[in-house]
Amino acid sequence: MFRQELHAFWAVLTVLLVIGVFWYAACVPMNIKGVLTEQERTGAEVQPPSAKERRDMSEFGLALNNRFAIPATWEQERPRLPAPHQVAIEMWETTAQKKITSKRSLFYHGWVTLSATMLGFAIGTGLGILLAVGIVHSRVMDLSVMPWAIVSQTIPIIALAPMIIVVLYSVGVQGIIPKAIISAYLSFFPVVVGMVKGLRSPDAMQLDLLRTYNASRSQGFWKLRLPASMPYLFTSLKIGIAASLVGAIVGELPTGAVAGLGARLLAGSYYGQTVQIWSALFAAAILAACLVGLLGLVERTVLKRMGMAQ
Amino acid sequence: MIFVFCAILLWLFGWWLNGRLASGPYAGTRLVRFVAPLVFGLTVIGIWELVVRGLEVPLVILPAPSVIAVRFGGSLPVLWADFVQTIIKGALSGYIIGCGSAFLMAIAVDRWDFLRLGLLPVGNFVAALPIVGTAPILVMWFGFDWHSKAAVVVVMVFFPMLVNTVAGLREATAMQRDLMETYAATYWQSFLKLRLPAAMPFIFNGLKISTTLALIGAIVAEFFGSPTLGMGFRISTSVGQLSLDMVWAEIVVAALAGTAFYGLVAMIEKAVTFWHPSQRG
Repeated sequence: MFRQELHAFWAVLTVLLVIGVFWYAACVPMNIKGVLTEQERTGAEVQPPSAKERRDMSEFGLALNNRFAIPATWEQERPRLPAPHQVAIEMWETTAQKKITSKRSLFYHGWVTLSATMLGFAIGTGLGILLAVGIVHSRVMDLSVMPWAIVSQTIPIIALAPMIIVVLYSVGVQGIIPKAIISAYLSFFPVVVGMVKGLRSPDAMQLDLLRTYNASRSQGFWKLRLPASMPYLFTSLKIGIAASLVGAIVGELPTGAVAGLGARLLAGSYYGQTVQIWSALFAAAILAACLVGLLGLVERTVLKRMGMAQ
Repeated sequence: MIFVFCAILLWLFGWWLNGRLASGPYAGTRLVRFVAPLVFGLTVIGIWELVVRGLEVPLVILPAPSVIAVRFGGSLPVLWADFVQTIIKGALSGYIIGCGSAFLMAIAVDRWDFLRLGLLPVGNFVAALPIVGTAPILVMWFGFDWHSKAAVVVVMVFFPMLVNTVAGLREATAMQRDLMETYAATYWQSFLKLRLPAAMPFIFNGLKISTTLALIGAIVAEFFGSPTLGMGFRISTSVGQLSLDMVWAEIVVAALAGTAFYGLVAMIEKAVTFWHPSQRG
């Protein structure tokens, strides 16, 4: 068992290493043209000397002709593709070396996004569970609402995001609430669909057993349906929180880049600050990984306590 | 106020009608399963119309469905051009490239165990990340036109498709594989005749998840820069001009395109995996 895990560990490490090497290699052709223009300005001899000829040449030919410039492709200030260490340095500088309250700290922007995500996620999952309970217990709701909940999964409802922001702004609501609403409705539908499946997961035999005990409907709900739905709930919670984060990030775009990871992305793309875009992207990725990982941890403990862990 | 009162009446009527349908003699038939959600949808649209008219909600907050329908009918050429730009050029080409390359990658991952051990955890990790965030980078690299949108779609659909296909290719049981071995089947024979068909339900699951992701990617990428057409572009500029009827018309297009795209893939799935228990019921 341990040997196998070690093998898997090495495999993952190798893949990550290959990605890293590929990334550094890709920086050379991506950045070489910009680097050569910069180097020419500082007086270095560049082959071929005319900018027009260089424009028509392939990136690889340029890199071979100007081998001295290759290290500079990993150190540019505004590269088309920043090298991994540039992103790492930027992330270090904007997290550890800035005060948390500073407008340039990634913690500050991450918190702005995270708080909207969490608020929206809480609202969305709460309402989603309530609706699922209604659907399972009322045949009318099942017939009329459930098909729409399923169809909504095939629609890019995130397209509503800019409108929600602007409409709420025009009624005077701004700040965290509009983003939370977007997060909420994005996490709402996956939770409804998953939770309905979960609440229906007890089979006829188990339901019949409860009937022979003369259990009431609410007893059946609390003692059988709800516990049985937990694995389904956690699966859809994980999908929901990832969707919530995307919602909060997209919700920050139309406000014109004030605060939050989405705003960092947008500001970076306006001003060509690629390193900033990449560091915001990695911050969002780490945030998503932490949230999903945390839910996974809660899932494992809860299912273990309930005796449902595989 | 009379409109609002009508809305409440309409709600009660819709509720009563569906209640009758759900407990009536035809409950459980396909007809009721089709009609009940339709009644619900029409009731919601009717209430929306009545409430917006009754409370005189301004256009910049919520346009009435009739206003949206008029706008939809009146700007069909624009909507069609946006549809072609975003869905056909951006989403569909990215979807085909992304799912195709993920499929090929999955075959390689399945063949070499080392690759599976290494790439699959990374793929699972990436599949949960907010990949739409790569949109500004890809727009910077591939320009404002549909190529950058297709690139975003490729990145978005690649990993869900990869993870699903790899899981599917491992679906054939050891017994079935042994049987192929006793037939002296080559790798490709057993791949084409056993493992690929067995993988189809998983592959189509990946394809169905990817349809929605493709539309999301193509629309959101346009928020970061686009030529002067496209659904995402139209939505963000119309929001800026406060012409919300146009925004809603685009959302109707997005909804129709999303369900049609998904429905198409589901139909192909039905034809391909007719043998699977989930399709026979």
